[in-house]
Amino acid sequence: MSVVIRKKSAFSGQKLPENKFTAHMAIEKLPLPEKVTIPLQQNIGALCTSLVNRGDKVKTGQKIADSKSYVSAPIHAPVSGVVSRNIKVVDPATSRLIDAVVITSDGTDEWVELGQLPGVKSANEFQEIVKIVDSLPGAEMLKKIREAGVVGLGGATFPTHVKLSPPPDKKIDTLILNGCECEPYITSDHRVLLEYSEKVLAGLYIISKIISPENVYIAIEDNKEDAIEHLENLIVKMGLESNFKIISLNSKYPMGAEKTLIKTILDREVPIGGLPLDVGTIVNNVATAAAVYEAVVERRPLISKVVTVTGSVKDPKNLLVRIGTPVSSLINFCGGISGKANELIIGGPMMGIAIADTDFPVVKGTNCILLKEGREIIEQNCIKCGRCIKACPMNLMPLMFARYAKNEAYEYCKEYYIDDCIECGACAYVCPSNIPIIGYVKAGKDALSKE
Amino acid sequence: MDKDKNISAGTEERFLVSFSPHIWKGFSTSKIMYSVILALLFPTGAAIYYFGYYAVLTIVVSVAFAVLTEFAIKKLRKRKFIMDGSAAVTGLLLALTLPPTIPLWMTAIGSIFSIAIAKEAFGGLGCNIFNPALAGRAFLSVCFSSKMTTWVMPTYFSFDAVTGATPLSESFSFQGDKISLYKSLFFGNTGGSMGETSVLFILIGAGILLASRLIDWKIPATYIAVVALGSFILGKDVLFQVMAGGLMIGAFFMATDYVTSPVTGKGRIIFGVGAGALTVLIRNFGAMPEGVCFSILLMNAFTPLIDKYIKLRPYGLKSKKVIKKSQEQKS
Repeated sequence: MSVVIRKKSAFSGQKLPENKFTAHMAIEKLPLPEKVTIPLQQNIGALCTSLVNRGDKVKTGQKIADSKSYVSAPIHAPVSGVVSRNIKVVDPATSRLIDAVVITSDGTDEWVELGQLPGVKSANEFQEIVKIVDSLPGAEMLKKIREAGVVGLGGATFPTHVKLSPPPDKKIDTLILNGCECEPYITSDHRVLLEYSEKVLAGLYIISKIISPENVYIAIEDNKEDAIEHLENLIVKMGLESNFKIISLNSKYPMGAEKTLIKTILDREVPIGGLPLDVGTIVNNVATAAAVYEAVVERRPLISKVVTVTGSVKDPKNLLVRIGTPVSSLINFCGGISGKANELIIGGPMMGIAIADTDFPVVKGTNCILLKEGREIIEQNCIKCGRCIKACPMNLMPLMFARYAKNEAYEYCKEYYIDDCIECGACAYVCPSNIPIIGYVKAGKDALSKE
Repeated sequence: MDKDKNISAGTEERFLVSFSPHIWKGFSTSKIMYSVILALLFPTGAAIYYFGYYAVLTIVVSVAFAVLTEFAIKKLRKRKFIMDGSAAVTGLLLALTLPPTIPLWMTAIGSIFSIAIAKEAFGGLGCNIFNPALAGRAFLSVCFSSKMTTWVMPTYFSFDAVTGATPLSESFSFQGDKISLYKSLFFGNTGGSMGETSVLFILIGAGILLASRLIDWKIPATYIAVVALGSFILGKDVLFQVMAGGLMIGAFFMATDYVTSPVTGKGRIIFGVGAGALTVLIRNFGAMPEGVCFSILLMNAFTPLIDKYIKLRPYGLKSKKVIKKSQEQKS
């Protein structure tokens, strides 16, 4: 039986110019930053409260913020040093002010005692890991995942331990590891698949032990043939052919969105307002799986992240970065801005958020820093051509969101299922009239949520 | 230009902030309009071939007045004038639907009406309810009905016009067998509006639009199929009914106008069926020999209603059924 299954997209998607310039560049370690800024909200859900005061000495990996709320994950010090300031920063996604802790590094990177499990030196010793994982109860592993502050690293930053604890009435039969990375430019997951593959598979093994699904799929777009081949060999080497299957998918945007991925692989549709677990599925990002391994076996908290720095920088790179490092350090490490870049995007070009200043730090959900020349948007009237309808992977009518949100008739947006929109941006990408449909969708969702 | 620059934290370096997505396919409204003009060059070429210099003059006057009217009205409304090609499309389409002997000043009036009343008075491109070119033609046929129904046989590049009826009118007669009748209809060697006579060249233009996915096949296919079916039921010559008159140019170039036709696939089928049925009714039971123009205008009026009630099923709406199905499959 073959490990690799090939499938074609089951939704209308977009073929985008990929521009993955950094796909063949090995991950480089960014030198320790002098100063880190850590926003106290790095996950969907509750805000964390600071556990440290100004002047406190902290060690790398020490917990510095936590919350008692269920949907939350603690935050750890990414460097050792002194808490120098408590400030407020603007969260670019929500434009709200959130508390942040600033730590000035002492340059020693002195770690707290991790309590690493005995017997395991590296992720290569898969048999050892299996032995350990099999002996651990699921609840304890979940606790370790929470303690390490693991959140979904695909961008949504949903606390992983919550995702892996479905309510008992929901039977989970399928686990999907999402390595699609369908956004142009970004290559961080691709590099994680190639360079941290043992950790990814070990993490996947841990997750599958926790939720015990019938099927485990690793979904990868076929523009990453090297990653597919590498994982296939590794799975065979580890003797996991009967457990894990790789699904090779044609690269079409937005393949990596949970809902389209589930539709393509399983032909199931997540109900409107529902979660993948409503159709018996859990989807995890590849970098999350690696973080789960580090949390459970190495007891190492999530304090670093692989980030692609690309676009109009002199030397685009994939970097392993400590959380809290200012974006400017990453850009400078890549040789600075080249050309006429006037747009700084956190994330990919389709769903990324443009930010105004380079002081903003890397957070847990950051996977790409993209610099590019911004385009002038001259919005014209909708000519009802229907291209947005054809492009929409959710089978919605995006033109209606723009039409009604423009006139603040948000209740009509609801009639066209605005809540079902995943904001992938395919509609605005194809719109001949250059209408910023996603802007209208965000305004509509925001207004409706306030009612 | 290409100076690399380092940035340091806390400097005044600021970036533009805009909504995602930050890339654009770049296929703009004006590109769509100019592609339509490109496809229209085939029926336009046929019009010039069959009706000579006067066709050229009519087209020039119609397009020029359309663009100038749009420019003037945008200035009056204090809006930005964008040369997006939509006015040129309207002017060209209007010219193609006019009889080859119409005085040029009438063409100008029709063109001004199309842009000023049917398009700009409603708010400009995207806001109009009726197809501007067809509205202009309808206006002219109400105002100048005799000039709008004076037909000549193709003159080529000579100035000797021979009167001849449009194939659909009662006075039409044809010397020869059926095959040569079909042939002359197909190639366009017959009386009628300038751009409607040559089925062949209309099909070439339509083929370009369909192949480049600029228009959806649903409206023209259902439209023509319903006209064929209706004519068959009423015992008419099906091939003749489909090829004669303005059906071809109407189905491919007028009824497919994005702004004035439904936006969903189902809606477009309703539109095509409705327009087809109305055309058959007007042709066979109405006072006029031809019904394409008014049937499309009537369906334009229904379009907002169709768009209000035809909605798509979004992803995840019938999910309960899907879950049930998958559970049944498992057990």
